[in-house]
Amino acid sequence: MLVIGEKINIITKSIAKAIEERDPKPVQEMAKVQAAAGAHYLDINIGPARKNGPEIMEWLVRVTQDVVDLPLSLDTTNAAATEAGLRVHRGKAIINSTSTAHERMEAMFPLAAKYGAYIIGLTLASKGMPKDANDRCALAMDIIMGAAEFGVSTEDIFLDPIFLSVNGMQDKAMGVLEAIEMFQALNDPPIKTVCGLSNVSNGAPEHVRGILNRTYMVMAMQSGLTAAILDPLDDKLMNLMRKAEAMNGNIVLEEILDADELKTVEVFRNNILYCHSYLDM
Amino acid sequence: MPFTTPKETYSGKIHSVTIGKGKTVTIGGATGLPFLSFEAQTNKSIPVALEVWDVTPDDWAPELSGIYQADWINPVQWAKAVQDKYKADMVCLRLMGTHPDLKNRSASDAAETVQAVLKAVEIPLIILGSNHVEKDAEVLKVCAQAAAGYNCLIGKAQEKNYKTIAAAAMAYNHYLLALSNLDINLAKQLNILLTQMGVKEDRIIMDTMPAALGYGLEYAYSVIERIRQAALKQNDTMVQMPIIGDIGLEVWKAKEAKSTAAEQPAWGDASFRGTAWETTTALALITAGADALIMRHPQAMAQVRKTAGELLKAA
Repeated sequence: MLVIGEKINIITKSIAKAIEERDPKPVQEMAKVQAAAGAHYLDINIGPARKNGPEIMEWLVRVTQDVVDLPLSLDTTNAAATEAGLRVHRGKAIINSTSTAHERMEAMFPLAAKYGAYIIGLTLASKGMPKDANDRCALAMDIIMGAAEFGVSTEDIFLDPIFLSVNGMQDKAMGVLEAIEMFQALNDPPIKTVCGLSNVSNGAPEHVRGILNRTYMVMAMQSGLTAAILDPLDDKLMNLMRKAEAMNGNIVLEEILDADELKTVEVFRNNILYCHSYLDM
Repeated sequence: MPFTTPKETYSGKIHSVTIGKGKTVTIGGATGLPFLSFEAQTNKSIPVALEVWDVTPDDWAPELSGIYQADWINPVQWAKAVQDKYKADMVCLRLMGTHPDLKNRSASDAAETVQAVLKAVEIPLIILGSNHVEKDAEVLKVCAQAAAGYNCLIGKAQEKNYKTIAAAAMAYNHYLLALSNLDINLAKQLNILLTQMGVKEDRIIMDTMPAALGYGLEYAYSVIERIRQAALKQNDTMVQMPIIGDIGLEVWKAKEAKSTAAEQPAWGDASFRGTAWETTTALALITAGADALIMRHPQAMAQVRKTAGELLKAA
């Protein structure tokens, strides 16, 4: 599975501070440790970046690629910032992301075409969250047609079905996995898929975030997920991913998950009502 | 070919709790989804409390003040009217006067009101704070002691103040009303926190937060439905507590319930409208699984009891 390291992001205090002070060291450290942990891409998340977005993105792309030989995922809604990053990027970047909103597609797809970059298409409309797998497929079609309109090949698209937090949305978890399966039938060859894995454990206490993330990741891999934005420094996560990959497309949950992880599967299947203490019960 | 009704089997059941002393009321006890008497045991009844405040309200809907203005001169008279005139199953004493932004009554003054009401009525008493997280902890601690021996329902315990209130309920042998805000995961987690500190599973009643028709009723009843599914089909012991719908408060905030005919001539008769708004909200929640209600309008209560009674008649 393609691993996109999530750790260079503006929400992390040390990174935000480094960006503000234009201090490359914390960013470069984070880049190096993620590369060493096995990341294939590094996500550079600057948020909406309304102030100095282009300058910040360009700086981050430069200082990161100064120390690691990895391509980057440029994570912002600011199209000017995306382009500034693409201009100095070495290799095939990922544009993170477009939604199905036409203004977003108009801003982002042409950049993918111009710079030969991959692009993540969120199956998200301006009217809000998709409600089930069918909804997501309809939105995926919008992404595919948008790509065609702007001359972007289906091979350069990663579809993101929008992972939801188990706390509050556990009854939607299987629908998201179903969407990943259904996306593969939308095109031949199947379009690549990606997710923001950590979303799954949003709002959960620290001590269960790891097990929620890695269990759902394996379930998603079983459904055919091809890429994920995640924390490559989470050893348990990366080890489990390798075990799942070694099963060569035939993942059997009982063979690689322990008792607590199997209980977590039951939570995602909506057979056990989630609560923060679910593992203690 | 004769038709045989397919029957669900349930692996869990809802606790039955009995509150009050002398004239008691039983809440909960169903072994299946609401009212499906052909496949499981239903509740024996849906008890309803009418709401009484420790101070005379100055912002209740005109429809309600029209009814209660002779009764709510003081809490004791009001509670007696709830029991004798309106024939509710329970009195719900909401100590709104203790709220710091209202009259900021002291805990000891509130406790005096509690004792006076307990002496005046025989039906069970629900004692609620003003929903001010810090003040409630203080007030309910003192009132729980003042009500010792009367087997009341005390609330509401929330994520931020449950420890003090739960300790008081345990110390003085009352039932505990636990409040979560339309969050099914928090409802379960709160019950776990309460049982971990020693509250028995069958001493808790849940308030999953109701919402009025037009103001989120669908969220309110979906949460209750999903909790019941988990309790009965998954045998999730941490959500098998009965549920109470504290709806009067929510419904009568709505302009559709509150407005007079003069304010909204196109909306028709205020009495029918307000009563219907409260009745509809109540019936939706009990169909989802609410086992008891706290209401305001006596006619809405009567309508709900009549409908619940019809639904509870054996298949």
